[in-house]
Amino acid sequence: MAVIPLTRKPLSLVERTYVPAILSGLKTTFKRMFRPNDTLEYPEQRPAIPPGYRGVPTLVKDPNGREKCVSCQLCEFVCPPKAIRITPGTVPEGSGREHVEKAPQAFDIDMLRCIYCGLCQEVCPEEAIFLQNQYSLSGYTREELVNHKDRLYELGGTLPDSHYKWDKKKAAAEAGPAH
Amino acid sequence: MIQPAKPDLVTVNIDGQEIAVPKGTNVIEAARLVNVDVPHYCYHPKLSVAGNCRMCLIEMGLPAVDPATKAPVMDPATGKQKINWIPRPQIGCGTNVSPGLHIRTTSPMVKEAREGVMEFLLVNHPLDCPICDQAGECKLQEQATAYGRGYSRYIEEKNVKPKRTQLGPRVTLDDERCVLCSRCIRFSREVAKDDVLGFIDRGSHSTLTCFPGRQLENNYSLNTVDICPVGALTSTDFRFKMRVWFLKQTNSLDPESSAGANTTVWSREGVIYRITPRRNDEVNDTWMADSGRVLYKQVRTDTRLTAAKVRGASATLAAAVSAAAELLRAGGVAIVGSGRSTVEEQFLTRQLAAALGGVSINLVSRVGAGDGLLVSADRNPNVRGALVTGLVSALPSAQLAGLGAEIDAGRVRTVLAIGEDLAAAGLTAAQLAKVSVVCLGTHANPTSAAAQVLIPTLTVFEKSGTFVNQQFRLQKFAAAVPGPAGTTDDLAVLGQLVAALGGPAAADLAGVWTRLAAAVPALATVTFANLPETGLLLDPTPYAALPFVEGAGLHHSPAKA
Repeated sequence: MAVIPLTRKPLSLVERTYVPAILSGLKTTFKRMFRPNDTLEYPEQRPAIPPGYRGVPTLVKDPNGREKCVSCQLCEFVCPPKAIRITPGTVPEGSGREHVEKAPQAFDIDMLRCIYCGLCQEVCPEEAIFLQNQYSLSGYTREELVNHKDRLYELGGTLPDSHYKWDKKKAAAEAGPAH
Repeated sequence: MIQPAKPDLVTVNIDGQEIAVPKGTNVIEAARLVNVDVPHYCYHPKLSVAGNCRMCLIEMGLPAVDPATKAPVMDPATGKQKINWIPRPQIGCGTNVSPGLHIRTTSPMVKEAREGVMEFLLVNHPLDCPICDQAGECKLQEQATAYGRGYSRYIEEKNVKPKRTQLGPRVTLDDERCVLCSRCIRFSREVAKDDVLGFIDRGSHSTLTCFPGRQLENNYSLNTVDICPVGALTSTDFRFKMRVWFLKQTNSLDPESSAGANTTVWSREGVIYRITPRRNDEVNDTWMADSGRVLYKQVRTDTRLTAAKVRGASATLAAAVSAAAELLRAGGVAIVGSGRSTVEEQFLTRQLAAALGGVSINLVSRVGAGDGLLVSADRNPNVRGALVTGLVSALPSAQLAGLGAEIDAGRVRTVLAIGEDLAAAGLTAAQLAKVSVVCLGTHANPTSAAAQVLIPTLTVFEKSGTFVNQQFRLQKFAAAVPGPAGTTDDLAVLGQLVAALGGPAAADLAGVWTRLAAAVPALATVTFANLPETGLLLDPTPYAALPFVEGAGLHHSPAKA
């Protein structure tokens, strides 16, 4: 490989004073000083989350504050890293929700395993599990990073519902012919 | 061209494939032989044909013959005999094969018929699959996917029927899911001989229910849950416990009696959730008793033994085995074997007795009332195994009275109890106190409490082995779940004991079978691996003189009635 020696052009007198270079640098400095910031002062300031963002999976309640999950365990089945673990249970008679029959006794999502793929939300037939805006989570122990049922509902809150499937079923059962 | 068949065989043509099937076979079974699926709900191979679900509609035709001359009518286009297709679909379950029968299961007429049936079945179906225990093993789900039209045209209100009805102590009924196939009714009437179920009301209001004042409470009630093609009948015990698609299936046997019903154990991550029957046409068809389905509950109880002990103090397995060997070497030994042990364990027990020399071997008998079906009078699953392996030559007596007398006389100073509770078998506390007890057991009982050496072992769901049932059928089962920490396979414990007493070195299951085949002529060609899943019938004639306690049962009649 041939080596081509380059000769650097010698600096002129003005260049050797460095004044034009300093001034041009200061120009940028002053321009930036009076422009709005590009950065956020995290964590006091939080970014706006775009729609469709896949944050921490949560369990949601319907607008009447009722549990939507019926512990069908499809999310547990579909979860690629096996982060979800559900213990199904029976809705007791006389609770006013016995027509739903089934609800989770325990619902754990191991956030150390979760890969935020959103398959659980996609597969849920009751629209009970959603990956919402929560993106930052931390803890000191592994146990802290397993979200239990109460924590999942706390994170999830209430989302609007257009179906009220179980209310419709109950109304139909009450209006239906007696057997 | 139809080939001439053997006299008892009939050649039929199913979707262009020709197959010879026995006379009297129906179209569903014939199609199964050529791997053609004819979807059905009400048809069950072990029940009478009802033909009410209409899902198995097929198109059939017969070779044309000239009415006058009876000569075959040939089709000039193909050069073969012309087929006269019946213009309307027929039900496959109610159609028996006849020579030259032609079946189409994929024609547009059949497809349309299936879509129509599926649509009507789904009209009033509640679609509560997310909360239905049948989901994952539901014929309605499977066949809606495979043969349904894929969307619903139904906009009216769905029918409302009773939900969460308790039909009996073990069965829950959801009438909305019922497709009125009547399998459960026919099972109760024909197999369980307890006719308690029936339909009331008419048309789309038809509802399955028990007769007034009756309950579905016979010992075979859970078979209705197994044969229910949808989620109408579900097991109260298994209700909402686990989705079936998580469960691992292991072939097992019902150890509650010598009937030896074949079962499937369903477990997940080392926990058993349910037991269902496994089809074996020679033993239990597709049935099993309810009492055998709850036996898995003994696996995880507080009374499980999980630590080897020598004189009450925890010890390692090796220490316990050497302490036991020391006690046994001291002489004056009696062995209490078990009709609940596997064939392999009984063989090792025999080797143990041979290594000790001159010890008495007792078995504990358990006799109850047989129900004429799948719970036989002998509640030990494997007494015949002890006969076949030569552990004993006579049937066990009711109580260990002889052993008690020997202990009282001071001739027996050490008792080796293999999976048996000596107190329950008739020894008194005073007799137990007089002897040193070496106990191999799974659960805490008076024997394990009195034992000088205690070695915790495995239940039938945690180990592999074989049983010989009342027909002298050698059947194998596999370990469904691992045993709890601290327990050891009976086979390993017995093998180590035999080795400690100067017998052959301990071996695994295959190794034990090699020795077993060499030692027992009746099992000369058998290995654990080559034993068929349906079992191997051994020759019962050497034992014909023994007064077996079993009466007639399903696929079993006593040798001398």
